[in-house]
Amino acid sequence: MSALAHLLPEFEGWKARYPAGFEGSLTIPCLQRIQEVHGWVSDAHIDALVDYLGVPRTQVDEVLGFYTMLRREPIGRHHLQVCHNVSCTLRGAEGLLAHLCLRLGVAPGETTPDGRFTLSTVECLASCGTAPMLMVNAAYHENLTPASVDALLEALP
Amino acid sequence: MTDPGVLPAQVGTGRKFFMNHPVTADSHTLAAYRARGGYQALAKVLGTGISPTDVTKEVSASGLLGHGGAAFPAGRKWGVVKLTDGEPHYVCMNADEGEPGTFKDRWLLEQVPHMCLEGLILASYALMGRHAFIYIRGEFDLPWRRMRDAIEEAYAAGLLGERILGSDFSLDVVLYRGAGSYVCGEASAMLASLEGKKGWPRNRPPRLTVKGLYQKPTVVNNVETLANIPVIVGEGAEAFRTVGTAKSPGTQMISISGHIARPGVYEVEYGYSWEKFLYEDCGGIQGGRALKCVIPGGVSTKVLDPTQLAGRTLDHASALAAGSQLGSGGMIAVAEGTCMVRLARVIQRFYHHESCGQCTPCREGMGWMERILDRIVRGEGRPEDIDRLYHISAANDGTTICSLGDSAGYACSAILDHYRHEFEHYITHGRSMHDGALTVEDPFAESLARWHAAHPGALAPSLAAGAHA
Ligand SMILES: Cc1cc2nc3c(=O)[nH]c(=O)nc-3n(C[C@H](O)[C@H](O)[C@H](O)COP(=O)(O)O)c2cc1C
Ligand code: SF4
Ligand code: FES
Repeated sequence: MSALAHLLPEFEGWKARYPAGFEGSLTIPCLQRIQEVHGWVSDAHIDALVDYLGVPRTQVDEVLGFYTMLRREPIGRHHLQVCHNVSCTLRGAEGLLAHLCLRLGVAPGETTPDGRFTLSTVECLASCGTAPMLMVNAAYHENLTPASVDALLEALP
Repeated sequence: MTDPGVLPAQVGTGRKFFMNHPVTADSHTLAAYRARGGYQALAKVLGTGISPTDVTKEVSASGLLGHGGAAFPAGRKWGVVKLTDGEPHYVCMNADEGEPGTFKDRWLLEQVPHMCLEGLILASYALMGRHAFIYIRGEFDLPWRRMRDAIEEAYAAGLLGERILGSDFSLDVVLYRGAGSYVCGEASAMLASLEGKKGWPRNRPPRLTVKGLYQKPTVVNNVETLANIPVIVGEGAEAFRTVGTAKSPGTQMISISGHIARPGVYEVEYGYSWEKFLYEDCGGIQGGRALKCVIPGGVSTKVLDPTQLAGRTLDHASALAAGSQLGSGGMIAVAEGTCMVRLARVIQRFYHHESCGQCTPCREGMGWMERILDRIVRGEGRPEDIDRLYHISAANDGTTICSLGDSAGYACSAILDHYRHEFEHYITHGRSMHDGALTVEDPFAESLARWHAAHPGALAPSLAAGAHA
């Protein structure tokens, strides 16, 4: 239980708006919050969560394996996610990705050696009309140009 | 960086329910919504004792069709739930918006969150629900914050919680964030996800309106569907039906992207001219090019070429008559000169990535189709590949639990039907008829050229993923 002690008051607060018997539903919100605070979900977190919610361990493992936003290991400080679905591709997503690969010296799926950036591709983020776009951590950045991407990266710590 | 939220309300495409006011820094707030007449429909229902059944009757009479993709009549879905069964009933707003090319729910959530919420409250009243859910995609940040704030404003104003507006009706709303999965937009997968499980769709029957969330009757409706409810309840079904066409009453939020001069979200009255919309309201094709085709309602709908659009109107019957669908309203314009083989490759990579893997034809078929398209774009296609693609598409038709598999098949076979010669050319000559072109104007053209110079023989950075790992 100790790995989650600091988050439990918050989790308890969420229950008020759920119907009784919906404890299992908290699996995903709890994992999201754990990741938000710790960057990724560890074995200790899983053990504590299974204990707290009373859900089967397999359910938590399946959830962690299924959803692309949940992580079992740390990544770079800034997660750059380039949408490479149809609308973005028609507006230059390949070039945006090329620009980032060249600038950071990594391929999609990799992290820079200094641990600053992880570069990924993602599917449609409902930003098709303002393509090309990328997400930096939780924030959308749209209608990108080489100059705006460079300025964006330089402004990041 | 343009926030689509600051787009001015579009004019000229007919009557409007949502884009009928200027978008300002606070037009999404409770005060602004109330000043526009917001929550009067709810006050009318709760204040004058209109029964839940009467609300459903009004929605049925309005002819409102679902905006999530399948255009299912909303009133008919609600009508299945038995109000006297003594069970809890749940309503879930589908705000998972993930169909490529679709970004209209994002606009609604960001700009009129209270209208969406009032629709959810009215739907819950009609179905005698005590709890309702909003399943919002995990990547959404501003839409999530706007909806979170709207919910808190509504609680503080007595529009949610115990005894709403002093009536006997109480409702709690849970705002639930997805965690990255396209298939969770499918209603049964969404409910599995809401139960804290992996998002696997399930077979029907039983329908979700019979056994849904935790086995209780559940109605899942799209954001836009629910946002229409305050209009219908407030103004009446008859008034609603004066907008749009007889078979497609009301308006459709269309998000348009790709090779179009003025991409964005437009509210269009059903029955509006398709060509006028494209060439006048949206400014025509990027760079003054000719139109090659449109994907009318998200990548899961069949492409239509300009001859099929001639004289056509924007409504369900018209799209259906052309052999396609308006789907989610996610329209993608593709300019003349675009390589349809590489475009198909992008679409198929998406479906392969998103298949949940439960059904054999989808699990095996999506990967197989991607591998075939992949070898064609690498110049290693085989003459039998076109027939194979048709064959795998057909094998998914009607054989899978959800429609992801079928849709991928339809999307691919429609592109093959129209542009078979491009595939044949690519296979015979080992290269694209259109030089692999996917963009009209590429702000990153120079970077792409440098990348190619550094990676001789490689196709594109996204395809090279893994090669460097
Ligand atoms: C693979 C797949 C993805 C879907 N994604 C969405 C989505 O993102 N949003 C949505 O409203 N409906 C989506 N749907 C449709 C839903 O299953 C459901 O039909 C819809 O939410 C019902 O709402 P409506 O009746 O108001 O249209 C999807 C369906 C499938 C098969
Ligand atoms: S059709 Fe595909 S995505 Fe849908 S349930 Fe079957 S395997 Fe999963
Ligand atoms: S295709 Fe990139 S955001 Fe939709």
